[in-house]
Amino acid sequence: MPDYVIEMLNITKEFPGVIANDDITLKLKKNEIHALLGENGAGKSTLMSVLFGLYQPEKGTIKKNGEIVHIKNPNDANALGIGMVHQHFMLVDVFTVLENIILGVEPNKLGFLKKNEAREKVVALSKKYGLMVDPDAYVKDITVGMQQRVEILKMLYRENEILIFDEPTAVLTPQEIDELMNIMRNLAKEGKSILFITHKLNEIMAVADRVTVLRKGKYVATINVKDATKEKLSKMMVGRSVNFNIEKEPSNPKEVVLEARNLVIKSATSHKMAVNNVSFDVHRGEIVCIAGIDGNGQTELVYGVTGLEDIHSGSLILDGHDITHCTIRDRSKLGMSHIAEDRHKHGLILDYSLEENLVLQRYWQPEFQKNGFIKKGAVRAYAERLIKKFDIRSGQGSIAAVRSMSGGNQQKAIVAREIDKKHELLVAVQPTRGLDIGAIEYIHKQLIIERDKGYGVLLISLELDEVMDLPDRILVIYEGKIVGELDPKKTTFQELGLYMSGAKRDPKYDVQFTEGGAK
Amino acid sequence: MKIKAFFATCHATIKKFFVNLWPNIKNLKTKRGFNSILASLFSIIIGILVGLILMLIIKPKDAFYGLSMMMSGGLSSVSNIFQVLYTTAPLMMTGLAVGFAFKTGLFNIGAAGQYTVGAFCAIFGAIILKMPWYVDILLAALGGAVWGAIPGIFKALRNVNEVITSIMFNWIGLFLVDLIIANTPKMLSTFYGGADQSRTVDPVAVNLSSKLPSLGMERLSPYMNVGIFIAIFLAIVMYIVLSKTTFGYELKACGYNKESSKYAGINAKRNIILSMSISGALAGIGGALTYLAGTSTMQVTKSISPIGFNGIPVALLGTSNPIGIIFSALFIAYIQIGGNAMQPEFATEVIDIVISVIIYLSAFSLVFKQLIDRYLLDRKHKKDARDLLNGPTANGTPPEPVEAEIVKEGAPK
Repeated sequence: MPDYVIEMLNITKEFPGVIANDDITLKLKKNEIHALLGENGAGKSTLMSVLFGLYQPEKGTIKKNGEIVHIKNPNDANALGIGMVHQHFMLVDVFTVLENIILGVEPNKLGFLKKNEAREKVVALSKKYGLMVDPDAYVKDITVGMQQRVEILKMLYRENEILIFDEPTAVLTPQEIDELMNIMRNLAKEGKSILFITHKLNEIMAVADRVTVLRKGKYVATINVKDATKEKLSKMMVGRSVNFNIEKEPSNPKEVVLEARNLVIKSATSHKMAVNNVSFDVHRGEIVCIAGIDGNGQTELVYGVTGLEDIHSGSLILDGHDITHCTIRDRSKLGMSHIAEDRHKHGLILDYSLEENLVLQRYWQPEFQKNGFIKKGAVRAYAERLIKKFDIRSGQGSIAAVRSMSGGNQQKAIVAREIDKKHELLVAVQPTRGLDIGAIEYIHKQLIIERDKGYGVLLISLELDEVMDLPDRILVIYEGKIVGELDPKKTTFQELGLYMSGAKRDPKYDVQFTEGGAK
Repeated sequence: MKIKAFFATCHATIKKFFVNLWPNIKNLKTKRGFNSILASLFSIIIGILVGLILMLIIKPKDAFYGLSMMMSGGLSSVSNIFQVLYTTAPLMMTGLAVGFAFKTGLFNIGAAGQYTVGAFCAIFGAIILKMPWYVDILLAALGGAVWGAIPGIFKALRNVNEVITSIMFNWIGLFLVDLIIANTPKMLSTFYGGADQSRTVDPVAVNLSSKLPSLGMERLSPYMNVGIFIAIFLAIVMYIVLSKTTFGYELKACGYNKESSKYAGINAKRNIILSMSISGALAGIGGALTYLAGTSTMQVTKSISPIGFNGIPVALLGTSNPIGIIFSALFIAYIQIGGNAMQPEFATEVIDIVISVIIYLSAFSLVFKQLIDRYLLDRKHKKDARDLLNGPTANGTPPEPVEAEIVKEGAPK
């Protein structure tokens, strides 16, 4: 029996203009949980896609149990017993759990489904590994955590031996994360080998046996987790020491800058009210965070506040002006800045140059236009100033196509634009999504500077660390309603998780807010 | 290998040609612009080759003769040169119309209808209102703008696909115009003693002031008038609007990314309507330039003018860039006139097919642009890979773990 169940040797994978994997070697032992650590863009997902047959490497070999194998597509990978839980689940919403699990490998007799046989197998598997799900529930009705278990069961049903988890905790509550860790330990104990992609150090320390670190497409090292510390790992990942604690003075809230009362906002996709009677205040000089599991109305709330969607009822007051039914441009003029959740969909025009994007909110101001003609010189000068001030890096400076820039620098450009514009309130939605640690540090620092300058900051985040460290107040949203207000200095991950999953709610939020009412 | 070498030489020659022609083309335009030109030229060459193959199949004996006539016909006589320019003007206008809408992310397939309505407004101004040519052109622009605005309004307010509505408006426009002309005896040539019995309308014969001025160039050819200059002037205006103004900035923003432009507070609905109106006005002016030249008469027909539809390949071949559209309109007009010179060896239908094939493939310039981009990237990619292979890292052993180095670097606190 060879030592390693999977060996990826000297893998090199290139994309036009970038070497995503540069001579990377990864060896997975049997029965181990092997973490793959790296920042965004370090090449983790590419390497796993190579293993799963989605990409063909330019160089390098893959061995299974010591024998060279060629994985040309995911079917080959499946045949070799390699399964993957993708970051975004691949489930059919309107099918039951059972139907999803057997999809593609349906047991049948002359084309007729043999569901009972499948059900028995699924029930047995879920008992064996402690993966509790109701096989007859519809996927659309179960929680994200359960959906993940369905994904895991899918792999087990196919009798996969090597399980790849791609950032599995991104969508889970703290409780669900703990549960997942237990499941992973169980799986390893029962003879499975697990590859676990992540950039979260806590999870590695908690569950992994060994960890391979990648940085900028290159192999850094493979070490035993019991010999590692968080500091050491982060240094290997980033290449320098990282300050985990966000340094900030206690907040000094002043008058109210944004006042939301009884907001009701319709969902764009269904007839439900995505935001149902939400009221809150944001003061100058504080960071308020709306926390919650993805899909509980945060997106719609932001759309309503920023004007991307209409507000059905309720009122919204920005700095003394009623903006409930204002246009986006008017809100912007009255002092709203918005770092959008999706920088490609909303925040940037990718086909425009950097300088054109930097004036996206301001091109109509007299500073940048005269009689309808854009003052190219002024735009260029302004862009150069922002690029310098915010250290935005691009291939060709201000005329670089934004499409060609890295995610971190794209985000920096948006932050620069929104912060430099005259504003009273900054709405920052997942401002650090998909960024590396360096960029995250930078953006957090900018948000705290904003706060200290006396602007209001409304933060919407799904990253638990960010929710706990950055804001001065946390409002938890669950199913379109605010269910609790927490003080990040006093609360714990566990308490936050209970609110986020709807298991706990502050009774004072059950009574309806009234105009200028209880707080 | 020969073919490869041939292409390499071609590549080099074309590149040299452009570099010599405009020494600062690389500063003026980005590399992307250069690739666009290259792609357009490629698609033209492929189109002509396929046209040749077609002629070889249909009539092998005369194929090469036909090709040479087609390629040289436009320049074979002074009269033909001016005819090319005359044909270019309206084509350039419909090309601009389609290209302008493209830039805003709209597919104005209704240029033909806007062209027809514009033409009608011009001749109505000339015959009934007895207005001079410049007023007629303005009327044509107004008519085209209204005809473009309607699909725009539907799109903006009700999100009705502009492709569907503008196709419908082609037919509505055509038959509405037919209906009005056929029932307005004062507009028909026969009312003014015209000899022919078919229902034709000849504005210039009725109102000489409606004829486009020829600035003394009519001695060279009856086809020569200011139309081509108006078209080029408007192309330059459109270029300036798109690249220099806040309005153009907003329109392009809507075209590139509707969601971001909304996020930036741009009034997308207003811009969609405005863009379609301007597009319609441009096509409408094209109609005026055709019928106010004094060389052709409008007829009551049941088919949509091909000039409107040919605006689509003109715009595609010019990659929607107004300056590019000047040249692509010239090219398409040129092969159309050249095609006429293929008679009598080839039947007009065959000529139409060959021309259509060339125009059709010319419109593939975007595909070729992608191919060229990929080819260039690939070459760079391969070069990088070679460098990598020859580099010191390609030694087949796993890299040294750098853990030691990290520990050495400095202990974590």
